[in-house]
Amino acid sequence: MFGQPTSRRWKAALAGTVSAGLLFGVAACGGDDDSGGGASTDASASAIDCAPYTKFGDLKGKTVSVYTSIVTPEDTPQIKSYKPFEDCTGVTVKYEGDKAFETQILVRARAGNPPDIGFVPQPGLVKQLVATGKAVPAPPEVAANAEKYWDPAWKAYTTIDGKFYGAPLGANVKSLVWYSPAEFKDSNYQVPTTLDELKALSDKMVADGKKPWCAGIASGDATGWPVTDWVEDFMLRLYGPDTYDKWVNHSIPFNGPESTASFDAVGSYLKNDKYVNGGLGDVKSIASTAFQDGGLPILEGTCSLHRQASFYAANFPKGTKIAEDGDIFAFYLPSKDASSKPVLGAGEFTIAFADRPEVKAFQTYLSSPEWANIKAKVSSGWVSANKGLDPNNLVNPIDKLAAGILLDPKAQFRFDGSDQMPAAVGSDAFWKQATSWITGQDTKTTVDNIEKAWPK
Amino acid sequence: MTTAVPLPTATAEAAAAKVKAAEVAKKKLSSPWASFAVIVIALLWTIPTFGLLVSSFRPERQIKTTGWWTFFSDPTLTLDNYRSVFGAEGGVNMADFFVNSLVICIPAVLIPLSLAALAAYAFAWIDFPAKNVLFLVIFALQIVPIQVTLLPLLKLFVSWDLSGTFWTLWLAHSTFALPLAIYLLHNFMREIPSGLIEAARVDGAGHVSIFFHVMLPLLTPALAAFGIFQFLWVWNDLLVALVFAGGGNEVAPTTLALANLSGTRGTAWHLLSAGAFVSIIVPVTVFLLLQRYFVRGLLAGSVKG
Amino acid sequence: MFNTASTTPEKLLQMFAALLLFAAVMGVILFVASRLGGRRGDKWVGYLYLLPVVLMLSVGLVYPGLRTIYESFFDAAGKAFIGFDNYKTIFTDKDQLTVLRNTVFWVVFTPFVATAIGLLYAILVDRSRFESFAKALIFLPMSISFVAASVIWKFMYEYRPDQGRVKQIGLVNQIIVWLGGKPQQLLIDSPLNTFLLIIVLIWIQAGFAMTILSAAIKAIPDDIVEAARLDGVGPWTMFRNITVPSVRPTIVVVLTTIGIGTLKVFDIVRTMTGGQFNTSVVANEFYSQTFRADNQGLGAALAVLLFVLVIPIVVYNVRQLRQSEAR
Repeated sequence: MFGQPTSRRWKAALAGTVSAGLLFGVAACGGDDDSGGGASTDASASAIDCAPYTKFGDLKGKTVSVYTSIVTPEDTPQIKSYKPFEDCTGVTVKYEGDKAFETQILVRARAGNPPDIGFVPQPGLVKQLVATGKAVPAPPEVAANAEKYWDPAWKAYTTIDGKFYGAPLGANVKSLVWYSPAEFKDSNYQVPTTLDELKALSDKMVADGKKPWCAGIASGDATGWPVTDWVEDFMLRLYGPDTYDKWVNHSIPFNGPESTASFDAVGSYLKNDKYVNGGLGDVKSIASTAFQDGGLPILEGTCSLHRQASFYAANFPKGTKIAEDGDIFAFYLPSKDASSKPVLGAGEFTIAFADRPEVKAFQTYLSSPEWANIKAKVSSGWVSANKGLDPNNLVNPIDKLAAGILLDPKAQFRFDGSDQMPAAVGSDAFWKQATSWITGQDTKTTVDNIEKAWPK
Repeated sequence: MTTAVPLPTATAEAAAAKVKAAEVAKKKLSSPWASFAVIVIALLWTIPTFGLLVSSFRPERQIKTTGWWTFFSDPTLTLDNYRSVFGAEGGVNMADFFVNSLVICIPAVLIPLSLAALAAYAFAWIDFPAKNVLFLVIFALQIVPIQVTLLPLLKLFVSWDLSGTFWTLWLAHSTFALPLAIYLLHNFMREIPSGLIEAARVDGAGHVSIFFHVMLPLLTPALAAFGIFQFLWVWNDLLVALVFAGGGNEVAPTTLALANLSGTRGTAWHLLSAGAFVSIIVPVTVFLLLQRYFVRGLLAGSVKG
Repeated sequence: MFNTASTTPEKLLQMFAALLLFAAVMGVILFVASRLGGRRGDKWVGYLYLLPVVLMLSVGLVYPGLRTIYESFFDAAGKAFIGFDNYKTIFTDKDQLTVLRNTVFWVVFTPFVATAIGLLYAILVDRSRFESFAKALIFLPMSISFVAASVIWKFMYEYRPDQGRVKQIGLVNQIIVWLGGKPQQLLIDSPLNTFLLIIVLIWIQAGFAMTILSAAIKAIPDDIVEAARLDGVGPWTMFRNITVPSVRPTIVVVLTTIGIGTLKVFDIVRTMTGGQFNTSVVANEFYSQTFRADNQGLGAALAVLLFVLVIPIVVYNVRQLRQSEAR
């Protein structure tokens, strides 16, 4: 049935996840034909300026194939958002969603059978694809859009040997802590604004007889990735973005004092049996709990805090109100102090494997603010870091929160580090060792083992 | 070996023995320990699936908070899980995937079965140089992990301009099935008394006519049995489909559709349980329909008759 | 005809076209074979029968297999020749040694236990009134894909903490609780977790063993059974002296098939633990190294190790073959 379960680093593939509301809304509408559902009318109604695409020549009757990890039901808004482009140019976009995208795209590229465009969720994978020699640098129009509408950090992730390969598509924020607004109100808790306050809040909850934190890191063969996100978030907070970049690029060793301190800081939460694992068991139960189930105890009242990305919204059951005044919401995982605002996140990049005019035109469309706004209108549970995105077009409160964090001028965005590290570390040793660390291995052995796995 | 066993001559005698043996068997089963063992095994083998079946009809929240056995004290039924499985994709689409699965399966069962039967016959009853070495090589090929073959094969299919068509799946599944099929069928063929073949040869029959007139009738149940296994493996395959069916939903089988249907919702028990049942309906039906071949025995009927 | 078919009639048409084409190929082979008369032509009939098979296997399995052996002597990127270093890693690295240990557990337990259960069950239900129903029950797991089966068993082993209001949803833990124990995180503790995973494969393969063995049991001539019966042989002696010797070749086939299948299994490990908590096996490690950790060389070496592990099984079968030739 669900053979070939998870693909490499599919965590980031979750980028396109939608919130519970949309997920079931779409299911209820039924059918992915263009006539069905109210949202599509919005999409086709919002005509766009066709001028940027006419200069690619007459594209009528041409086809562009898109291959992505975004599958049912999140694919429906994706496909709908292409409509204005198809209307403008007469191009047909052939969409193929595949959960195993991240292994298959490499297989297909190596075999000489790549799609026209792939939405690649990790910078590390972009590098591997470029190394196959099949990826094509992005056209100047896309580079111009990327420069104009994105934080410079984003453009650097797909610039390899001086060539720019693709603009970001969607994005998600990982530095979030989920909580129950009702519980905070009843118990008179304040949303913390510094790491010290977060600690104090956790202690206060313990004093109130609660186990404040809950977590789950089981995720098929990707088990362990949520811990790596924790560690990255703390690396970013304790040492700042510059050291974070050095750590990711291995300019400083993985078993240096920075890693050790970050792991230990995470350990003061996740390996603290006073803090975890609310509603799920002891510290070890973190390792056996599916990441999808990790935050659900908040709804049961057996847990108060859960650190997980914005896409986690999709895991709450049907009918859960996700809003500041609802059943559940999230706050920004605070920085060390108010002077900085590091943001850990992820997203996917549009990488082309063909340089036909229609492919270039479509790439340009996807990097435009027009597309971002159309996409925002037809979907919920979707955010972009495109500065041209008007947050008012977003439907969900959690999306607005995420967009607000991403587009905050003070924010220092950094892409998920394990997605950038070499695969032997970023999607193997780091996950495995982090899991062993949760089940009892000490920090020194853990960081030493990861350092050992780094390809020479 | 079975050659130690003389073939029965009179059918009447055999029939009488059969009746007796049946009685004996019944007696044997009536021994309390034997019955107990059968019931225990049957329960162990059924309960896990049964639990999932019950769960697939329970509301999401109940699945996550109480065991499926509480269903019997507090029965709440819902079809929501099945609706979510079919609803998002639309019933018509699901039918398309079923057609694809069938179109993939039928040739992917028939082709290797015929080829393997020929090859197994050659190995079992024809003498030629290097026979044993070849047989061992083919036997050992069973262990080549399918994953190492995917990239070279895909390259080949791309250069033949076949990628994204059913042809890739037919060829790939057929190839992968051959070593085991040849090994199993060869073993069945060796069981056939050599006297039968020799007699036919003395009568002047060639290998083609022996294959059709002596082997095939005797082997029908064995072929049917292997056919069922091959059908199940192809039907449940995801890996091969994933690599070769790439390029759209036109040729994707149900397994692929269901895998993507579970979407980013990952291990949501309520969807997994319903999805699992959708995916096993066809294989179980096929087994039930063709089961009589197993009950009759792989070679038994004809050799003895 | 070689295009992508997109409508149902087109698909069916393409399928029939493919079957016709195949039938034509078979027809040619059989026609030529029928022309090669006489005992001297035998050799050529044999080669002709094997021709399509050898062609397909050379392209589809032999070439990739050889290429894998070649790649196993190269580094992670497949660029630099590093001799036997990958193999050295497999036999010295602590994690890899655990992988080897687990693989041994799998290959030792799965085929024998699955075959034993299958044989026992086949004998017990043979010719009973509810035979086909009873067999269908055991066969059911066979028709479920490995991943779906893993989902089913993950549900069986599911753990909920030992806290006041929290109820167990996994049957195994519920039984532990009913018996007065504390719920366990079953899939975390090594090496118990490996055996819990092995149970899943046994659960699947017992149906295979049972169907094949049951057919073999039915092939035992009735008069032998009857003669033994008249001699007053008890059920145990009957089992040991009549049933087992008669179906021995079939038992070897079943053990071999399940054994090789066990070496290749990776879906179960991947779905249930992802190879974490010391449960990985060679096939799973091969998959992770090749497709996830991007270490082609080590992956290839692990695949070669699978070939090597199957050699004892091949040798055993050769001996069986020799014995049967000598009959």
